[in-house]
This record gives sequence, C-alpha cells and structure tokens, in this order.
Amino acid sequence: MHWTEYFGPLAEGAWVTVQLTVYSTILGAILAFASGIGKLSSNWAIKAVSVAYIEVFRGTSLLVQLFWLYFALPLAGMALGIDLRLPPVMAGVLALGLNIGAYGAEVVRGAIQSVHKDQHEAARALNFTSRQTLWTITIPQAIPEMMPSFGNLAVQNLKDTALVSLISLGDLTFRAEQIRNFTQDSTTIYSMLLVAYFGMALVLTALMRGLEAYVSRWRMAGS
Amino acid sequence: MTDPIIKFDKVVKRFGDLTVLNKLDFEVQRGEKVSIIGPSGSGKSTVLRILMTLEGIDGGVVTVDGEPLWHEKAPDGTLKPASETHLRKMRTQLGMVFQQFNLFPHMTVLRNITEAPVKVLGLSKKEARQRAEELLELVGLADQAQKYPGQLSGGQKQRVGIARALAMRPNILLFDEPTSALDPELVGEVLNVIRKLADEHDLTMLLVTHEMRFAKEISDRVCFFDRGRIREEGTPEELFTDPNEDRTREFLAAVLDEAPGTTG
Repeated sequence: MHWTEYFGPLAEGAWVTVQLTVYSTILGAILAFASGIGKLSSNWAIKAVSVAYIEVFRGTSLLVQLFWLYFALPLAGMALGIDLRLPPVMAGVLALGLNIGAYGAEVVRGAIQSVHKDQHEAARALNFTSRQTLWTITIPQAIPEMMPSFGNLAVQNLKDTALVSLISLGDLTFRAEQIRNFTQDSTTIYSMLLVAYFGMALVLTALMRGLEAYVSRWRMAGS
Repeated sequence: MTDPIIKFDKVVKRFGDLTVLNKLDFEVQRGEKVSIIGPSGSGKSTVLRILMTLEGIDGGVVTVDGEPLWHEKAPDGTLKPASETHLRKMRTQLGMVFQQFNLFPHMTVLRNITEAPVKVLGLSKKEARQRAEELLELVGLADQAQKYPGQLSGGQKQRVGIARALAMRPNILLFDEPTSALDPELVGEVLNVIRKLADEHDLTMLLVTHEMRFAKEISDRVCFFDRGRIREEGTPEELFTDPNEDRTREFLAAVLDEAPGTTG
C-alpha cells in the first residue's frame, strides 16, 4: 500500500472529526451560556445545578466521561429497565460537548462579570428589567470578551476528539490506527496525522478569529 | 406653594462607617431648576443616585411626586421597603445624565436612544425612531445617528446621553456632573444643550456641578452641600454674591480661585 493511498480512509476519518468538532462545540457553547449565566442567577436551584454541572465535568477526566456514557450508562439503564444505549457518535458529541461546556461556562461567567458597573446603572436608570439588561446590555458586550478563550477551547475540543477513537468511532485517529495496524508504517501515518490535525486547527482558529471580528465590530468603530 | 415634586425627609445614607447624608431635609418644586454645589464627598451625587434608585437609603423618607420612593404603603398605612415593581413604577418619572456618559458602546447612537423606549415603554420602532431623531436634532447630532459611541467626542457622547435620558420623557432630569469628564473646549456644547432644556417650563432639573457660572445662570436655586447636609441655599444671586456662611464663602473662594473668571 503506497502512502498516497492513505488519503482516502484518512479523509473519511477527518470528515467524522470535523462533524464531531462542530456538533460538540455548538453543544458546548449552548451549555456554557446556560450554566455560565445560571451560575450568576439569584435563583438558588438554577445556581446549584449550574455549579454542580461545571464542577463535575471539570473535575473528572474526559476519557472517563466518554467511557461512562458509552459503556456504563447503558448498563445503568438496563438495571432501571430503560434503553440508554447511545450510538458512538452521540456518546462522543455528548461527552465532548459536556466537557467543553463546563470550561466555557467559566469563560461566560467571567466575561459577564467584567462588564462595567456603569452599564448596569445606565440600564437601571432607563428602567430595563434585569432580564432585558442581561440580554441587551450585558451579554452583547461580554461576547467579544469571551471570544479569545472560546477560540482556544474550540481548538482544544478538536484535539480531544481523538479520544473517541477509543469507543471505536471512525474518526481521523481511528482510521490512522487501522492503517498503521495494516501497514506497520508508523512514521508516515503518524506524521500525516499530525499535519492533518494541525491543518484543521489552523482553519478552526481562522474561523474563530473571523467570528470574533464579527461580534466585536462595534469595538473597531472609531478606534 | 404647591406640594414639592421631590422631598427628602431626614434622609440618612451611610457607606460603612461613613455617613454621607446626615438627616438631610431637601425639597424641589415642580419645574424648578436646582443646582447642587459643594466639596467632593459632601453627598451631592448621592442625592441624585438615591433619586435614580441606584443607591438605597438607611433612614428617613424620600418622596417623589407625593409617593414614597424607597418605601411602599402597607395596607395598615405603615411604610415598608419598596419592591422592585414599585421602584420600576417610580423610575418612570426620572432620568439621569451620567458623568461618564455610560452610553451602550455596542449600539449605534440611534439605538442607544430608541432601545429603552421600545423595550421599556413599549413604543413602536417607528415612533421611537421619530422621537430619537427629534431629540438628536435638539442636541445638534442629527447627522451622527448611525455612529457608535466610540466614534464620538466626549461632548457628543454626553449630548447623546442627554437625548437618551429625554427619550424616556421623564418629569425630573438628574445631571451628575455632566461636564466633569470633558475636555475644557467641549464643555460649552453640552452646557448649551442643558441651557435649552432649562427653558422648558415643566421639566424639573437637578444639577450637580462644578461649573459655577453656569449654575448661576440657569438655576432658580443653588444649594451648597457640606458633610451630608445643606449648609446654605438661596437664589444664585444670594449665594454667589453674598453668602451667609463662612463655609460657603471658603468653598466659593477656593473653587473660583482654581478657575479664575468662571464666576461671570
């Protein structure tokens, strides 16, 4: 097998990696906003759920979370008489999204708290409700603050997708392993793997920069 | 004289051990233009911040248009601390112009002015826009509607701040040192706008300022604050030309010395 023939299976795997990254980053962003805002809530129940989620998923290993969702959850479900078997893609997206969401939550919380007190006073003087203040004044100003950290987390997430190969999901790393087992051509295959992840990370970073520029366009005005 | 629109009755405000307002009694009549002067830390801005419900009080009663601001009447007639619902109702009477402008940097000038009328007062976008355009005309910024605050000078920002407060149609407008953060050459354009508003008969204005000449020109009454109380008050002529209290005299001498020629 010539090394150029590796491209086909690797491309298939790369496509799975891209999908995993996109879906789990979107899920992570939703969870990050929900729990980051929830952590600042005055409602103690919402706050407790948010804090518990953030601490549990930041405090345990992603690999263990993945195994738990894929191997342990169906057994727990069986004991309860519910079918909780997840397809590997679902387990992968869930584990990655839940994990990255917990880290993102702290970014969201920090950015919201960094919005100046003056802005809250202006909002109060104009008689906005606290909910209106959050959604129209605070969060739009906090989002540009979040973007550099979100960019890092998204790249982190892309690299973490390699772990899903361990639940036999056919991602880039999984395909590379298969080829290596077949050809024993470790140097070539792992070099190609490095370059592939690096290339995808570059593209992702560029996309996040573009998004950052878009959500911060009011900051560029005049300065 | 009719009932005052603003009344402070033995109001106490503390920040930790520091007593900022010490049983303050203070009244403003409907339509009156009142300037508050005094050394920093004398509680001038605190009076405005309490009225705008940005700071609570530790004693006494504040009344706005006959209704307690920081209290609600319980069914048995006693006063209990105000709920957010009550505060929101009371706030519709008041508007504030901030020292640091506090514009929303992520919104265009137009949206800074229309956002609250649409979301809070329930105006249609068209009505709010029309009102905003009139106000921008009034403050001389009709051509800046689509800019972001970051693209404006300090004086322009403050004029937007005034238009934004007016868009809510308050009966009482509070100015918290509106020109203190401005470069000297930009002060005039902001004062010109405030001067125009001072001609509006129905609008009650409360102005905390260091611009003595301006205070003298537009005020019906000037109050000199010192250590949480009004040390002396009177018409601008009385207070600026012939103050009774030594403390007032000292203060005026100090600020007028600092900025020669501003007394007019």
